[in-house]
Amino acid sequence: MKLLYEISAEGRALSLLPKLDVPRAELPENLRRTSPARLPQLSEIDLSRHYTALSKRTHGVNDGFYPLGSCTMKYNARVNEEAAALPGFSRVHPLQPVHTVQGSLRLLTDAETMLCEITGMDRMSFQPAAGAHGELLGLLLIKAYHKHHGNVGRNKIIVPDSAHGTNPASAAMVGYQVISVPSNAEGGVDLDALRAAVGEDTAGLMLTNPNTLGVFDKNILEITQIVHEAGGLNYYDGANLNAIMGVARPGDMGFDVVHLNLHKTFGTPHGGGGPGAGPVGVKDCLVPFLPAHQPIKLDDGYAFEDAAHTIGTVKSFYGNFLVVVRALCYILTLGREGIPEAAENAVLNSNYMMHLIKDIYPMATDGICMHEFVMALEPLKKQTGVSAMDIAKGLLDRGIHPPTMYFPLIVHEALMVEPTETESKSTLEQAADVLRELHKLAHDDPESLHQAPIHTPVRRLDEVGAARNPRLRYAFPEG
Amino acid sequence: MNIPANLKYSKSHEWVEFLTDTCARVGITDFAQSQMGDIVYINLPLEGADVVCGESFTDIESVKAVSDVFSPVSGCVSNVNGALDDAPEQMNQSPYEAWICEVQGISATEELMDAAAYQAFIEEQ
Repeated sequence: MKLLYEISAEGRALSLLPKLDVPRAELPENLRRTSPARLPQLSEIDLSRHYTALSKRTHGVNDGFYPLGSCTMKYNARVNEEAAALPGFSRVHPLQPVHTVQGSLRLLTDAETMLCEITGMDRMSFQPAAGAHGELLGLLLIKAYHKHHGNVGRNKIIVPDSAHGTNPASAAMVGYQVISVPSNAEGGVDLDALRAAVGEDTAGLMLTNPNTLGVFDKNILEITQIVHEAGGLNYYDGANLNAIMGVARPGDMGFDVVHLNLHKTFGTPHGGGGPGAGPVGVKDCLVPFLPAHQPIKLDDGYAFEDAAHTIGTVKSFYGNFLVVVRALCYILTLGREGIPEAAENAVLNSNYMMHLIKDIYPMATDGICMHEFVMALEPLKKQTGVSAMDIAKGLLDRGIHPPTMYFPLIVHEALMVEPTETESKSTLEQAADVLRELHKLAHDDPESLHQAPIHTPVRRLDEVGAARNPRLRYAFPEG
Repeated sequence: MNIPANLKYSKSHEWVEFLTDTCARVGITDFAQSQMGDIVYINLPLEGADVVCGESFTDIESVKAVSDVFSPVSGCVSNVNGALDDAPEQMNQSPYEAWICEVQGISATEELMDAAAYQAFIEEQ
């Protein structure tokens, strides 16, 4: 497929750019270009066809089933997009006088109140741009808390071995040492190992519940208590909140700080490079350290305020505002009854699909799962040579986006399936039929799965070559 | 599975070749590389760094995941196999020649297995 630069032709142009609506400013002489920028020259139809062609080569939620575990690739209703496109929200500027954006501030504080209600937190900052950014902020708040209280030696963050890879990475970014604790037979945190790991050097614990095995840790109250008694704080990774929203609250489980992925759980499409939002909710003990520009409701309207010991800003202005618009729209559309119903259906769908295939595909854990389940394909690979990767490629040929592969790391040949609540019973049954067909094919004709995919725009990509010799910049042809 | 008889092995799948009583070369086993899949990057330890038994001293990235490598000995890194920076695939192709580093002043070691014991250990895995 040709790139924009390659379909460019001298003299073509289009008129998509709006007129300049601010006073023209001249750049200082030394900052001006000496030669024109190397930009492609295209007509509107060239551009339109290029992006339509690209969209035909991809697979999104609108193309088919997308059970990518831990990513919550649910269908997001158009009404959220309509709300975000309202000119009153989409055309405000962050530097406008506060009295001209009272509605936007009300939206932020309303969304804060409702998301705090859902998570059991006291306040929330919308600044972080995505989940991992939220983790970074959450840990910076924990660090500020310990520093403020003179807890000098607390430099370790405890992370279970089933955690998302971002958890240890975020802890390292903040300068913490990471202590990994093993999982028990049920897939939860090994309590004895946790007791042995905590101490005077514990800054906190990072936990996803339900975890990446799709298991809700029944010992959660004991886990958070062990950390609290050791003087640490508990961080809730909200990546899997879709399974429990409106049903159970991290704040009631003993967590002091949470991040949410609004672009997974609350109405913004996930993927495609964003924008997302990873707001961070905190209990009262962390409120004094929240990022600057926190919107608040006063008697005579809305304003911004800085917390007493604010850590400063982690993103310009107020975060990705339009993602928060979608989240509030989503919450108001579903309401108090709909939010828990969505979570219940996410869990029901996951269990239903798991039960349709568990007689032939072993699962990483026994019993009921939450919003996702993890298939363990090691036995299949030993018997037939067909790997989790091969099954994933076979799914691509049959119009289904593969589940998350080779994660969590503690399960060999893992495929992690998250159907989400927005899929119908018949879609789940069709997907189960495809997985059963692939299982049979693995035994009858394994070579055909090693060769898959054959119907996609590109076959297997050289991911090893891409990782060893990445070419990250477009090389312009000479001349 | 290739398990040379002259080496010692740790439960976390590193091999150790003692050059003297207190100096050894360390790498990952054939089993480890086969589990990781195609290796694309190694975060080599620094010369002069202290390594501690059972603690991570480097990490290796494959197309599947990033894996910690745990030091089978305690001591000080005296030499690093810089060739792996440019050609990490050597760990896939010849894991027992693609040593990661040399450690000297070894003061402690993991519980290390001989080739036969390691063979039995990975069969249980």
